Amino acid sequence: MTFQVELVSPEGIAYSGEAEMVIARTVGGGEIAFQPGHVPFIGVLAVWSVDVVHPGGGRDTLAVHRGFVQVVGTKVSILSDVSEASGEIDVDRARAAREVAEAALAADKDDVAAAEALARADVRLTVASAEA
Amino acid sequence: MAGGRERVLRRRITSVQKTKKITRAMELIAATRVMKAQQRARASAPYSRQITQVIENLAAAGTEVDHPLLREADKVERVGVVLITSDRGLAGPYNSAIIRAAERQVQNARAEGADYALIIIGKKGRDYFRFRNYRIDSFTEGISDNPTYEDAKAVADTVANLFESGEIDRVELVYTEFISIGSQKVVVRRFLPLESTEVMAEEGHGEAGAVASFEFEPSPEAVLEALLPRYVEARLFGALLESAASEHASRQRAMKAATDNAEDMIVKLSREMNQARQDAITTEIMEIVGGAEALGSDDDTTDSPVPAGATT
Repeated sequence: MTFQVELVSPEGIAYSGEAEMVIARTVGGGEIAFQPGHVPFIGVLAVWSVDVVHPGGGRDTLAVHRGFVQVVGTKVSILSDVSEASGEIDVDRARAAREVAEAALAADKDDVAAAEALARADVRLTVASAEA
Repeated sequence: MAGGRERVLRRRITSVQKTKKITRAMELIAATRVMKAQQRARASAPYSRQITQVIENLAAAGTEVDHPLLREADKVERVGVVLITSDRGLAGPYNSAIIRAAERQVQNARAEGADYALIIIGKKGRDYFRFRNYRIDSFTEGISDNPTYEDAKAVADTVANLFESGEIDRVELVYTEFISIGSQKVVVRRFLPLESTEVMAEEGHGEAGAVASFEFEPSPEAVLEALLPRYVEARLFGALLESAASEHASRQRAMKAATDNAEDMIVKLSREMNQARQDAITTEIMEIVGGAEALGSDDDTTDSPVPAGATT
């Protein structure tokens, strides 16, 4: 049994596909996996990757930096205004961003913006390396 | 001097023809841009629909929060007016209609004894209000032609900050709704404070139906709090996209009218020119005939003309 997964961004539907299972991480709830037939669910996503497991066994990993997940019946919608599929990630840029953020954090460990940037860069790198 | 008028007219016709070429080109460019803008507006629809759907589900669960974006002021002391105009002109009445509606909002605010704050997108709006010495609180240019979500987010953040800090107590959004290629309408919408979740849900299309008992994580309130800023951004983004499509449609129409007028003008001027040329020719013939007659009458008094080829 599969269900439909859609990554919906304001610019359009960025990704859609069939899946057997979707693994995400919500704010305050930790990792959560959805399988077809899951109870209707709405959650706020943490800065983390979303794994889409295909029926054949392959998986797509998406970097979702902010957004929501809504599960209704046989459909999973991920709403996000900042998200990337693994192929879209510029690894060099993410690495550079990570260094900048780390340097900023070293100088001022209460720098919230830098901490967020670091988290985003980490997710990007994780997602990119999962693909490779 | 015969022919002078003709020359002047010919020069004018050439100039009108050149203008026509320009307006025709602008019309065609605008036509392709309308299509693109429409496509983008359509592509953005699922996102805002889904956001509204989540709000519907939250409303069904009876979630209410005390979010700053929902704060209804007891007394409105300052009204924010967000207006979306274009950076470039030659778009017919597109900008003036928006500006007129926005100015009316400012006057309404004053009539209520409230101050105003102008948040302007697009050079045309700024030029108008700056010239008339209005105070402009925020101005953004270079986005109305082809808005991105980032742009919408930046402006939405500015507005939301002004609102949350209590500097403005109500925000009206003035933009052009794109109904079809042939029809756009200036609309004034309440932007902030947001209505309660029930009202927002009613405005949606009720697609969610009555899907009962959602699980929310971390909690319905937390979801709603995270969702409201996104909702505001998505609404502004939608308005920007519609305005962009309207701007291009309006420009297309204005340029089509200009091209048609140029054609009419060329026909009219050509007729005038032909008549002037004909007049000049007639005058010239009359002069020649007159001259020949004068010479001929001279001939009568002299001896018979010298035969052609004869030598003297």
